Amino acid sequence: MDYITWRSFYTVLVFVLFIGVVWWAFSKGSKKRFDEAANSIFDEDKKSNVNDSTKQESKNNE
Amino acid sequence: MSQTNPQQIEYNLKVVRQFAVVTVIWGIIGMSLGVFIAAQLIWPELNFDTPWLTYSRLRPLHTNAVIFAFGTSALIGTSFYIVQKTCKTALFSDKLASFVFWSWQTVIVLAVITLPMGLSSTKEYAELEWPIDILITLSWVAYIIVFFGTLVKRNTSHIYVANWFYGGFIVTIAVLHIVNSMAIPVSFTKSYSLYAGAVDAMVQWWYGHNAVGFLLTAGFLGMMYYFVPKQAERPVYSYRLSVVHFWALISLYIWAGPHHLHYTALPDWAQSLGMVMSVILFVPSWGGMINGIMTLSGAWHKLKTDPILRFLIVSLSFYGMSTFEGPMMAIKSVNALSHYTDWTVGHVHSGALGWVAMITIGSLYYLIPRLWSQTQMHSIKWINTHFWLHTIGVVLYIVALWISGVMQGLMWRAVNATDGTLTYSFVESVVASYPFWFIRFVGGLFIVAGMILMAVNVYRTIRAGKPTVEYVEDAVEHSSPAPTATQSA
Repeated sequence: MDYITWRSFYTVLVFVLFIGVVWWAFSKGSKKRFDEAANSIFDEDKKSNVNDSTKQESKNNE
Repeated sequence: MSQTNPQQIEYNLKVVRQFAVVTVIWGIIGMSLGVFIAAQLIWPELNFDTPWLTYSRLRPLHTNAVIFAFGTSALIGTSFYIVQKTCKTALFSDKLASFVFWSWQTVIVLAVITLPMGLSSTKEYAELEWPIDILITLSWVAYIIVFFGTLVKRNTSHIYVANWFYGGFIVTIAVLHIVNSMAIPVSFTKSYSLYAGAVDAMVQWWYGHNAVGFLLTAGFLGMMYYFVPKQAERPVYSYRLSVVHFWALISLYIWAGPHHLHYTALPDWAQSLGMVMSVILFVPSWGGMINGIMTLSGAWHKLKTDPILRFLIVSLSFYGMSTFEGPMMAIKSVNALSHYTDWTVGHVHSGALGWVAMITIGSLYYLIPRLWSQTQMHSIKWINTHFWLHTIGVVLYIVALWISGVMQGLMWRAVNATDGTLTYSFVESVVASYPFWFIRFVGGLFIVAGMILMAVNVYRTIRAGKPTVEYVEDAVEHSSPAPTATQSA
């Protein structure tokens, strides 16, 4: 494969891969997993295995 | 701690604490150096006729101090915190983590010694000579092992998006550093680049712009994707967008380097490619900014009461501003006006002081109390004062340099209609810049004053607390009953 053909092929490949990523990210199947992932950083707040003195209060009095 | 049992492992917060403290210290040193060399532009006598106090030697020290001492210490520290918290496990190796800290601090101390001595490879943002480059490589390899080792031993199924950004930053910086630092040593303190001519320039700016794209952007976006949702107490606006944001950002940034070499010996097609890729970069950049800011949607009132959140959200506004300005400046016809002027310097500082410094400061205000068993910083009021000092400083800085930059560009290109000679000599543009350099200097003073206030606040918080000891359940040993304390979810 010459240089130009390879470059053209690579450009199309990256484009297809990107469309694939977008399709995957916005597919119905991923929604639940992503919601869980987005909320996973709050897991520790629900547990009480942290030394009480380090428990952070909400800064917004809500 | 009485509830400790063999199933729980302790987070390594010590190395995070170490990095957090040095971030504040290097921040003050690096930014003070910036103010000092800004003053030298107005009052050149300030070099006291001492070679190691000259602008040419202190300027690389300033950039190295703020990027690699302040910024990178913040990145390594926060990545070690986030990777443990989001993977629900301790660091891969405490000894290697400690090596990362001490070797990185050694690199910085060596920079503080060698750059004022005039030992420099002359490559911008990669000035350090080859023995230090080797130490950087060792330190970075240890960092890679600790970070990715922790990801491998994680107790969660999903790798949280912040870690993707940190991971992209860590891997890319390793590649950039090794390729750009390839040099032939002629003595212990002098080496010559392996590349020649335009190729050397292209490799340098492929490195240089990706240091911006991956260290100063992707790394800090990792920080943003953790600390903004945590401080706002709500999940990120769109996790899906964050996934697309990541892949789009890392696949585009790598091509933007040639915009530093418009109208040079670099082939024209490479310049145009760099321009187009830089303009497209606007899209993922703003996608990320919107994702961060919209995390607050429905809770905007929090900005009224929470100065930490204000730091984080305003940093994103500056990120949006500079990622609009950057693609615009990468357009060749705009670049013809802006290049080599103060506009570039102003743009860099709107990113560095607005985005990078503010997201770091906000994250540190979140982290410090949690690392020293406190419920909040010693003084919330001081955080607010710091916010305003910093914001006023940044605005003074970038507005002054916008004006002087555009003015310089216009003066340099002005020609007399009658005979085509230059209207202004270079020195005339320097004289015209003085008032703006003074405003920039004052802006810098505001910023350093804010950082010193932060240091006092941090010191008082640390003195009032004690190092946090925090445990996490190790899911690997799930067969035996978990400790009761962790059951009340």
